[in-house]
Amino acid sequence: MESDTIVMNETAITDALIDCTLQLADDSLIMGHRCSEWCGHGPVLEQDIALTNIALDYVGQSRNLYQYAALLLEQLPKEKALSLVDFDIIPEHITEDSLAYLRDVGAFKNHLLFEQPNGDWAQTILKIFFFSVYRFYLFQQLQNNADERLAAIAEKSVKEVTYHLKWSSEWVIRLGDGTDESKFRMLQAIDALWPFVGELFEPAGYETLCYYSDMLTFERLRSDWLNKINQIFETATLPPQSIGRWHQTGGKNGYHSEHLGYILAEMQFLQRTFPNAIW
Amino acid sequence: MDTTKLSEQFQQKIDEDIKIEPQDWMPDEYRKTLIRQISQHAHSEVVGMLPEGNWITRAPSLRRKAILLAKVQDEAGHGLYLYAAGETLGITRDEMYQQLHSGKAKYSSIFNYPTLTWADMGAIGWLVDGAAIMNQVPLSRCSYGPYARAMVRVCKEESFHQRQGFEILLTLSKGNAAQRKMCQDAINRWWWPSLMMFGPSDNNSPHTAQSMQWKIKRFTNDELRQKFVDVCAEQVKFLGMTLPDKDLKWNEAKQHYDFGAINWDEFWNVVKGNGPCNKERLATRVQAWENGAWVREAALAYEDKKAARQYRYNTTQAESKMPAG
Repeated sequence: MESDTIVMNETAITDALIDCTLQLADDSLIMGHRCSEWCGHGPVLEQDIALTNIALDYVGQSRNLYQYAALLLEQLPKEKALSLVDFDIIPEHITEDSLAYLRDVGAFKNHLLFEQPNGDWAQTILKIFFFSVYRFYLFQQLQNNADERLAAIAEKSVKEVTYHLKWSSEWVIRLGDGTDESKFRMLQAIDALWPFVGELFEPAGYETLCYYSDMLTFERLRSDWLNKINQIFETATLPPQSIGRWHQTGGKNGYHSEHLGYILAEMQFLQRTFPNAIW
Repeated sequence: MDTTKLSEQFQQKIDEDIKIEPQDWMPDEYRKTLIRQISQHAHSEVVGMLPEGNWITRAPSLRRKAILLAKVQDEAGHGLYLYAAGETLGITRDEMYQQLHSGKAKYSSIFNYPTLTWADMGAIGWLVDGAAIMNQVPLSRCSYGPYARAMVRVCKEESFHQRQGFEILLTLSKGNAAQRKMCQDAINRWWWPSLMMFGPSDNNSPHTAQSMQWKIKRFTNDELRQKFVDVCAEQVKFLGMTLPDKDLKWNEAKQHYDFGAINWDEFWNVVKGNGPCNKERLATRVQAWENGAWVREAALAYEDKKAARQYRYNTTQAESKMPAG
């Protein structure tokens, strides 16, 4: 009886670990996709390179995470694995690519914030800044996670995130404290994105089971995040913000805005047009 | 020293393969030729980001997406080295941009063709980057130091790009019927424009003789084009595909491939702005530049504010250290 409970718990934890890994991977991929839309269109050549590099880091992180999720899923009986992931086209093997390309909107777990359109340079910078601060504190915690592979991915990623955080903070300050126009655009960007930040700190069931329960309290993540945002905003002469109780939510559980469908239609079309082709 | 004497010394250095450096005396025409060529080359890298950037969000696997992102980023980096090399000749990057945006400066015409399928990413890597390497390897020995050194680095990265392009095509050539068709179609569309990348034939290339005397160029357009045809005619066999030229044939006597006539009418039309994507490519660059104006202004305004704050801080510090009374 007792051992049955343990087995059940372990199963639940593995399932949650898969969901968490997919959630992290989806955030990275969708951010990578959005940033890559800027490639060739940046305001200065050096910044075009910087942003493309960040997009590349995000795609790289998503690959590490999808590969891990695929590994966990491939260890399960196929039927069980397929019950955990909502594929539209059943892949022969579960791989990083089948996870990225063969799931539709309802199966993606990224936060709503990250699928929002790029807008102008101010909005893009602000979104990267929010993401970087979030990832910085999250990965710092995850480096100590009981799951070694997830901890290792976090450790590797935190180095990149530290650079993204520096780069985006500098831009928030430059734009906030630059010209009247740049400040106005930053204020507009805050208005556009703020309704989505609350979701970052609202745990999905799988997150609670997997890592937040033992070591990462949401309160701490939220207060670290908000303190950092307000600290940089102060230097940038932007008004301090607080997180209210009402916000847009649902992404983590597969309920998205209208934007994600277009991202996926573009991203996945070749894999869906030619199922099982090798590229 | 009079100009004739300086000119003689200049040519002597060139004949002895001594690099010309930015601070050295050089004839105005040499400077002008280099500015034209280097800026055109820099613009080609930057405009060249667009046709490939067109497929980043649609790359068919995460690995391909990452490679393509890295490749387009490399091209932006090449643009940077080349603009920097151009600046050593006394022109600013903003001036070079203005010349591009006004249509005064050209860029490689190949980027005025559309990228219609994923196979185009392979064909561009194999053929377009391949032709670029053919042109640029000799440029790494060109007489102007900063240009030659930029080319050494550019060529290393380009040869990686070419290999990845060929690998994309090789994968498609082993794929399903649709993929093989895509592969052949891309080769068909990119082959002739790639041959045109070497420029007009030698009897229609007025600058060639002077550029060769100055060792900016080491081979003529036709020599490089022939070399390219010889290489590609062999490589295409590994793909099990064909080059779209019924006159392509090994010539035992010449030890080279014969190939068909190039459509120079098309070449000159695309150069003059009448290619399929000229207007679009240029408009995209102009728009990116104009949309970025407020960002560049804000960055400058912030730097000024920071400098003024630092100045005030330093002044206060100095005053506080002055002896009282």
